[in-house]
Amino acid sequence: MSFLKKLLVTAAFSAAMFVNAAYAENVKIALVVKSLGNGFFDAANKGAEEAAKELGDVEVIYTGPTKATAEAQIEVVNSLIAQKVNAIAISANDADALVPALKKAMERGITVISWDSGVAPEGRQLHLNPSDTGLIGETIIKLAADYLPEGGDVAILSASSTATNQNAWIEAAKKILPEKFPKINLVATVYGDDDSAKSTDEAKGLLKSYPNLKAIIAPTTVGVVAAAQVVTDEGLIGKVNVTGLALPSEFKKFIDNGSSQAVALWNPIDLGYSAIYLAHDLAVKKEEAKPGATLSIGRVGKVTLDDTNSAAMAPPFQFDKTNIEKFSKIY
Amino acid sequence: MTDPPAPRHIPDRLDKPLSSAIFSWEALLVVVAVAIFVVNSFASPYFLDPWSLSDLTFNFTEKALIALAMALLIISGEIDLSVAAIIALASTMMGMAVQAGAGTPALVLIGIAVGLGCGAFNGLLVTRLGLPSIVVTIGTMSLFRGVAFIVLGDQAYKGYPASFAFFGQGYVWWVVSFELALFLIAAVIYWFVLHRTSFGRRVFAIGNNPVAAQFSGVRVDRIKFILFCLTGLMSGIAAVLITSRLGSTRPSIAQGYELEAITMVVLGGVSILGGAGSILGVVLAAFIMGLVTFGLGLLNVPGIVMSIFIGLLLIIVIALPIVWRRLRGGRFA
Repeated sequence: MSFLKKLLVTAAFSAAMFVNAAYAENVKIALVVKSLGNGFFDAANKGAEEAAKELGDVEVIYTGPTKATAEAQIEVVNSLIAQKVNAIAISANDADALVPALKKAMERGITVISWDSGVAPEGRQLHLNPSDTGLIGETIIKLAADYLPEGGDVAILSASSTATNQNAWIEAAKKILPEKFPKINLVATVYGDDDSAKSTDEAKGLLKSYPNLKAIIAPTTVGVVAAAQVVTDEGLIGKVNVTGLALPSEFKKFIDNGSSQAVALWNPIDLGYSAIYLAHDLAVKKEEAKPGATLSIGRVGKVTLDDTNSAAMAPPFQFDKTNIEKFSKIY
Repeated sequence: MTDPPAPRHIPDRLDKPLSSAIFSWEALLVVVAVAIFVVNSFASPYFLDPWSLSDLTFNFTEKALIALAMALLIISGEIDLSVAAIIALASTMMGMAVQAGAGTPALVLIGIAVGLGCGAFNGLLVTRLGLPSIVVTIGTMSLFRGVAFIVLGDQAYKGYPASFAFFGQGYVWWVVSFELALFLIAAVIYWFVLHRTSFGRRVFAIGNNPVAAQFSGVRVDRIKFILFCLTGLMSGIAAVLITSRLGSTRPSIAQGYELEAITMVVLGGVSILGGAGSILGVVLAAFIMGLVTFGLGLLNVPGIVMSIFIGLLLIIVIALPIVWRRLRGGRFA
């Protein structure tokens, strides 16, 4: 028995030490993620800590289950309710299953917002999207146009022809082309089905069919890597610029070798930072989350809530030679 | 054969001497539970709050309901690994019923009936075909959840009626939730069945020696079939509770619940080899697991550390009596 007791007492002491630090009269905001041990969310926590430092009176509780399941996340939410945190900012494993637990949190006076992966409207006060369709559509064209001052032919290498996200972004991109980028000529849209082999074939096909092609835009992390590899292999670096949405860690070598000038994706640091700001806006400044309301997200700017109390943070964050090194280590 | 390795030969004796009650497994679990309770109260100022303690019970009641039936099954020398998959299938069927416009009573009936059906299916495969239960239930684990995945894919069923929410979110009296009340009532029923009826004695007999039980006139296959049905039934009830608590169904619902239920049973002192165990032990183990996970959760200890803690607890509680016996044996030898 004594060994067990010793173990428990040791655990209690070390635990108590953890907690003592938390007794200060701070606003406690829990950043709840889908699962711990994920680089994307660890980066979001960095941003959250940065926001806490700026706001001064905020203590961030970075937590989440080990298994990315709704049931495990509910247990985490229950323990946060018991701790009487001031706000919960959650990236949910399930848009519906979390609703009853989060409703209970709101009934007990806790501010609840979702970010990244949303919760159904009745389970949160507002939701923060990393970006929105229009902003993404504009960004993917701008990424190519920035490096084509004289204009020229570009082509899009997408995921599958039925991919809802990509289709919406491409639609938005096409809409904005004539007014904002008149010199850019979109010659083709092809589909690589988010499959490396098929994306490679489609990229090769584009280069053959359009010898004057100046840029390939791939708004998918699989396609963009395949296209950059094709451009590298065929010795077209400097002639064809590959761009689109890419994970910095996967894509760093193509920025380094010059087959791509710049790519973009959501910035998890800004996302965590903004989530804490929004939770603080609601919990401390007592701002009201209602359609049309404008809320501050610190250095990232301001967001406006739409009909479902959702907001888009910012255009996708751009990665180029100057910052790819730093972000490739994060996600 | 004369001296099996089970920790206690007659786990269910009614005329225990006082000393054996003091040193019993259940007494050890009570001490552990109290120790964890005290540690938690000191470690977190939020622990000793009636609502916190009430929230705590939601972490384990569904799994513990299954553990009650699982305990009987394991005592009889069998096991059911498909319980979480049964929840997924039963919940999916309830979701389909909601789409078809079923009301709350129909939903509850469907959930329980699907659970019972799945349990009977397991029982038939084990008793009629004579297959080992571990093999059968690994198979049905994939089968039941597979059907749920085929029906739902990446979709979810929602729109359960408001009155249905009572089962997983409602309270019968002050902080006593419906789930907790149901668990306590079920625990009393299972205690009575296992420890106070001839059916219970037969379960122990089968677990200790199925052949001898058979020759003594015990209808081994029939009792095993009933036990599988009971486990399915409890999984169906758990499916009703968890579906009500989540207010929605996804095919990944209740993932990993089978291992947590079995952990409760083993921690509760039921011999994994069959033939020994008590319901009181299982109930205490359920509370201990709830106390540990919730207590660590209050301190925001990451989940992986929690798993390590549960693992350590399991090893320590199981190793302790064995080490104790060794030491004492050594002294007298």
